[in-house]
Parts: sequence; C-alpha cells; structure tokens
Amino acid sequence: MSSAPQTPQSVAERRSGSTHRSMFLRMLVRAAVLRRGRAASALLAMVVAAAVATAMMNLYVDVQAKLRKEFRSYGANIVVVGKDGASLPPDALAKTESVLGGRGIAVPFAYVVARTSAGQSVVVAGTDYDRVQRLNHWWSVSAWPSGLQEALVGMRALPAVSPDGKPFDLSFQGHTIHLTAAGTLQTGAAEDSRVYLPMTEFFVWSGVPPSTIEVAATGSSADINAIVGRLSEVLPTVDVRPVRQIVEGEARVLGKTRATLYAAAILIILTAALCVLATLTGWVFDRRRDFAIMKALGASEGLVSGFFAAEAAILGVVGALLGFIVGIGIAAWIGRVNFNAPVVPRFSVFPVVLVGSIAVALLSAIVPMSLLRRVQPAIILKGE
Amino acid sequence: MFARLLYESFRRQKRRKLLAGVAITLGVAVATAMIAVATDIGDKINRELRSYGANLLVTPQEDTLDVEIGGVNLKPPSDGNFLSEADLPKIKGTFWRNNILGFSPMLPVNVSVDGSGHAQDATLLGTYFARKLTFGKDQFTTGVHSTNPWWRVEGSWPADDSEDVLVGEHLARKLAQHPGDAIDIAGQSHRVAGILSTGGAEDDQVVAPLQVAQQILGKPGAVRRVYVSALTKPEDALARRDPKTMSGALWDRWYCSPYVQSIAYQLQEAIPHSHAEQIRQVAQNEGTVLSRIQGLMLLVTLAALFASALAVSAAMATAIFERRREVGLMKALGAGNLAVAALFFAESTLLALLGGVAGFFAGSLLAHRIGRSIFNSQITIQPVLFPVILAIAVIVTFAGSAAAIRRAVHFDPVFALRGDA
Repeated sequence: MSSAPQTPQSVAERRSGSTHRSMFLRMLVRAAVLRRGRAASALLAMVVAAAVATAMMNLYVDVQAKLRKEFRSYGANIVVVGKDGASLPPDALAKTESVLGGRGIAVPFAYVVARTSAGQSVVVAGTDYDRVQRLNHWWSVSAWPSGLQEALVGMRALPAVSPDGKPFDLSFQGHTIHLTAAGTLQTGAAEDSRVYLPMTEFFVWSGVPPSTIEVAATGSSADINAIVGRLSEVLPTVDVRPVRQIVEGEARVLGKTRATLYAAAILIILTAALCVLATLTGWVFDRRRDFAIMKALGASEGLVSGFFAAEAAILGVVGALLGFIVGIGIAAWIGRVNFNAPVVPRFSVFPVVLVGSIAVALLSAIVPMSLLRRVQPAIILKGE
Repeated sequence: MFARLLYESFRRQKRRKLLAGVAITLGVAVATAMIAVATDIGDKINRELRSYGANLLVTPQEDTLDVEIGGVNLKPPSDGNFLSEADLPKIKGTFWRNNILGFSPMLPVNVSVDGSGHAQDATLLGTYFARKLTFGKDQFTTGVHSTNPWWRVEGSWPADDSEDVLVGEHLARKLAQHPGDAIDIAGQSHRVAGILSTGGAEDDQVVAPLQVAQQILGKPGAVRRVYVSALTKPEDALARRDPKTMSGALWDRWYCSPYVQSIAYQLQEAIPHSHAEQIRQVAQNEGTVLSRIQGLMLLVTLAALFASALAVSAAMATAIFERRREVGLMKALGAGNLAVAALFFAESTLLALLGGVAGFFAGSLLAHRIGRSIFNSQITIQPVLFPVILAIAVIVTFAGSAAAIRRAVHFDPVFALRGDA
C-alpha cells in the first residue's frame, strides 16, 4: 500500500478520471449490446468488406507465383550450349545446378547423327529420362524405357529405324549399338525425328559428352536474367541464352492477367467500401437521439465526437480482424479450387486492411456527425 | 393514390432516392464490368497465348526424316518432299479460317555466307515476313511478324518481294555485319536489312524472303514446312478421341469445334499431300494456362457480384429504415401491412430498374475501358447480358430491402410516430 497521504482532492481527481473512463467504456459496450441488431449488421458489412479486400490483395500478390508455376510446364526458359557446337565442359551440369540452387530443373542433352543398318541418317540424343519428364510435360510417351538397350523412339523416326517393330542397330563412327524401341515419343516438333537414349548408355556408345543443357528456372523475369548472368559468369566458355519465345510469352500473358486482376480488385474493394459507408452512415444517423441526450446532459462536442469516433474505430478494428481471417480463408479456397495449391497467407496485407477499415469506418462516422452537429439537441429529442 | 404516393415519394425525397440509386448503379456497374470481362477474358488470353508462336506444324506427307541438331540441318537440302507455296492461301479457306491468326512457311537451305572477308557455312531460312496474300475475295497479311512476335530486328524488316535478308545476331557478330552492309550468300550479294534476335536457332542463321531460298535451292514454289498459329479450344475428352471411330453426329461436332486436332485435320484436307500435327509444347500448355486464368476470373467475378449485392442491399436497408415515421403515419391512417409493403417494393423495383439501366451502361463503359487499356481491344458485351443484369439488379434490391421492409411494416404506429422506434 502506498503511504502517501490521500488528500480529498486527489481522490476526487482520481475518481472523476476513472468514472470518466469507465463511463466512456460502458457507453461503448452498452451501445453495442442494446442495439445489437444494428451493430451486428454494421459489423457484418465491415467484416465482409475487409474479407473481400484481404482475399483480393492476397490473390493479387500470390497469383503471379501460382501462374508462374503453370507457365513452367512450357519447358526450358534458358539454354546453355557450347560455343559453335562444341561440347560443354564436364562440370557444366554441376555448376548449373549449384547456380539454380533447387529453383528449377536442368536437363543435359547430347546429340550425334548415327546411321541405321539401311544407311539412313538419324539423330540420336542422350538425356536423363527422370529430369526430362519433369521438364517437358507435353512429351507424349507411350512407355518410358527402363532397361539397357532400350530406346525411346520418336514417332517419325520409328518407321525409319524399326519399320517392323523389331530390334535395330545404330552405328556411329564404327561403334554399333543394338536397341529395341521400348516406347514412342510424340511432340509435334523436332523430337519426333530422334531416338533418345539414357545419358550413360549414350556416352559409353558414342563417347560424345552433352552439348546442351536446358534449364527451366522458376521466378520473375528479373530472377531469370540474374540466373542467366550468374551462369555466364561461372561458365565463361559457353553460350547462355534465355529462350525469348518462352520468357516473353510468359511475361505478356502474366502482365495482362495481373492487370485485369488489379482492375477487378480495385472495383471490388471500392464496392465493399461503399457498402460499409452506406451501412455505417445509417447506423450513426440512427443514433442521433443518443447524440442529443449526451449533449443535453452536458457532454462537450469533443467528447461526443470522440465517442462516435471511438465506436467507429473499434468497429473498424474488429471488422478488419475478423475479415482478415475470413479473407485468408477465401483466398486459400480459391487457390485450392483453381490452382490445386492453397494461397499462402500474406500477413503483410493485414496493416493495409486494418488502416483501410479504420479509415472507412471513421469516414462513415464523420459525414453524419457533421450533419448532426448543426442541429440543436432539443429538435432531435422532440423527434423532428 | 398508390401511383401518387410513389410519385411524391420520389419527388420529395430526391436526395435519399438519389443516394440509393447511386449505390444500385455502382453495384450494377461493377457487376456488369466484371461479368463482361470474365466472359471475354478466355478469348483475350487465348490471343495473348498466341505470342508463344505457332501451335500447328504442316509438313509434307511422305517426308524423309529430319536430321537437325540445334537448328542446323544436316540433311542434303534437296532431299525429301516439299509442299507447294501455291497451296498455302487455301489455309484461309478452311472451316476455322477466322481462328487462324497467321502462318509462316519455312524453307531452310544450306549456304556459304561471306561477309567482310569471313566465310562460313550457315543455314538460310526462307520465309514470309508480312506477306500480302489473297484467297477468293479475302485479303490478308501473314508471316513471322505475326506468328513469331518475339523476333526482334535491329534495323528494318526486309520486304517480302526484295532480295534483302536478316542476319541472326550471333552470325552477324562473327561476320562483323551491320544493318545496311552487303553480304555474299551462295555467290550472290544481298543487302542486310537488319540484325535478327530470337533467342533461338535463328540467331545463327540468315533469314530471307521465301523466293530467295527457293532460287538458291533451284526449286521455285517449294516450302519445307508451314507453322500455323490458330486460336483453339482447350482439349477435352472428345478432342482426344480418334476421329476415325466417331459416329456421324459426333464427328460433325468434333469437326466443327476449334480443337487443335480438328484444325490440324482441316489443314491436311486443305493442303494436298500434307501432314499437320499439333506442336505439343505450345498446344498442350495453352489449355491449362487458359483454364486457370478463366477459373480465377470466374471466382473473382463471384466475389464482385457478392460485394455489389451486399452494397445494394445495405443501401436499400438504410433508406427504408429511415422512413419509419412515414410507415407509422400510413398505418395510423389505416393502411394495411400489404399496402405499405407494396409501396416499398414498388419503390425498390423502380429504383432497381433505373439504377440497373444506368449501371449497365456505366459497366459497359468500364469494361470497354478495361479492354482498351489492358488488351488493346474491344471487350464484346453480349446483348443477352442486359436483361440478365436487370433481373439480377431487381432481385438483389428486393432481397436487400425485404428484411428492412418486414421490420418497417411491423412497427407500432404509435412508437414510430413518437419517434421511439
């Protein structure tokens, strides 16, 4: 216990202070409890607006990453090739992978022109089946070969190398390899005219190391450019090129989608704010009798304004909190339905939603208040 | 009496009616714009996806195997079959001609290039840049300019009837060529119109008008392959079926749908001795990307509809709640619940119709602006959208006012008039 002497004055001061504060709080609470119907509808409008705003902002931020992932199914966006058709240095793949650091796939390719037993030239490629499967989703393969001496044969190459479906021989610089067509490959492009072998088997047979690495790197175009830059640094003897066809197409479609989503988000958030404005304005206007009674009992302009402003601010905060949770749920649901992956909640959106909610709530309180302030309390209490 | 009540209500409460009307107009405008954008975005994004280049490849039917590594052709150039250039305009005569945005014929020839004293073997690619063709009465322009939008030229594009060429940027660096220089190709001098950068195999090649390549090869009218860029419908179960096993009606449906498969089939019909195939890298991925973006816009549109419905009903509820005293007076004068409700509903309907019409036009304008600024093209608004939007506006306004009207009707007139409600 404090031993300081308690003068009547200090007690009165403290009491008046505490009464003041507790009265203020009680008025706030009672206002919400007594008019729960109206308060609930105002809160509901606030929550819905905050939820829709949160969902749209979350989507807008996250959709780019989601769509980028879809765009990676277009395959490689960077190619690493030896200068003038030379082979790549033996550590090229390892270096490429270390630059990527898990943010993409790198697939090596080696090519030779071999001859069939009938003397027909055919391009034979060595690659890594597992990686190529992850890189080029559009390859339509009847069956991936699994054993030795099994090849993946392009649709158009098949009649040339193995017209009757029997095993066939391919020779390159005097070395012959005996193969069976374990599966066929269809892409509609140059791959259809080739025969694919696993890299190790290809190297044992031909002795030719990889000449191309196709890289599908994930990230924005700035990320891709940075990766291209770092690859050219660690591999100074080779050509590193972005595949412009893929990079530019992606940037274009993504840009348009984002712009549309941006326009939609602005429209939706504006509508939601409008809804809050309409509801809250009505709510405050409805309570002009409270306003009049407070003034008649001697409350100052500042106190009354402070009271209504506090009410609006609390509504804004509670609405923003609840709305944020609901909005994250909506964004996650849209992510799951549309992209089969939930949208990661962005908590950085919360301050924006919070400030926006409070601002809209205060704005909706100020408009009717400035109207009410001009009116004498007696007139309102008389009911006119 | 009813009509007069209604009229006076609008005449005397202009400000309040205006406020509710503005809320409805804004809500309907947002809904209209979002529905218009969402229904049209498929087509718009489909066109943007065409910037990935051709999705169909037409080759001679009995072609020999391609022997090509990294864009360098290792096959004797006169080997194999060719398509005839004269048949190409027929591509614009197929059933889905309006979906075919462009095509580029290609004829690669191996040549020796000599520029500023450096001689080297390279591939010369003959093609159309922006060639004007006619089929029947139709005039159209086609070539790599439209099918390969990622090709960039420093200098200028050669004219299709000139002897000028483009030199790929890697080759140009090796041969120290600049736009405007002269280059010797297969013993003949050509002007370098520009330096081409594509990020692909063409960076090491010379690209020339088609007839230059035909002349070097000594085969006038020959084309090795044709890249076709077409707007297609995402693949579904019907698209994947083998057309040979289909019954008559089903086959008609397949043939008359713009699937990449059926367009390939029609190209084969149009060009004699040809084989058309989808380029799976481009064609297969289009569908997924398109459906994702369409799905996204659909869900966002739902959110927009929800938000605007809420805004409209909030505005209506507020407008009605403020008029309790009027209700009290009407009831004190002997009006029944039904009469009061009917008046309010009539007012809401009128407001909804007025706001709906204004909102529809404002929304069309908004959609138009969005289309212009984002896609540089018109967003078409189906006329059928108008009654739909109007119906939605009336329903939402009704639903929004229903609860408020119900409450207003149940006020005790005494309390309402005393102002205690």
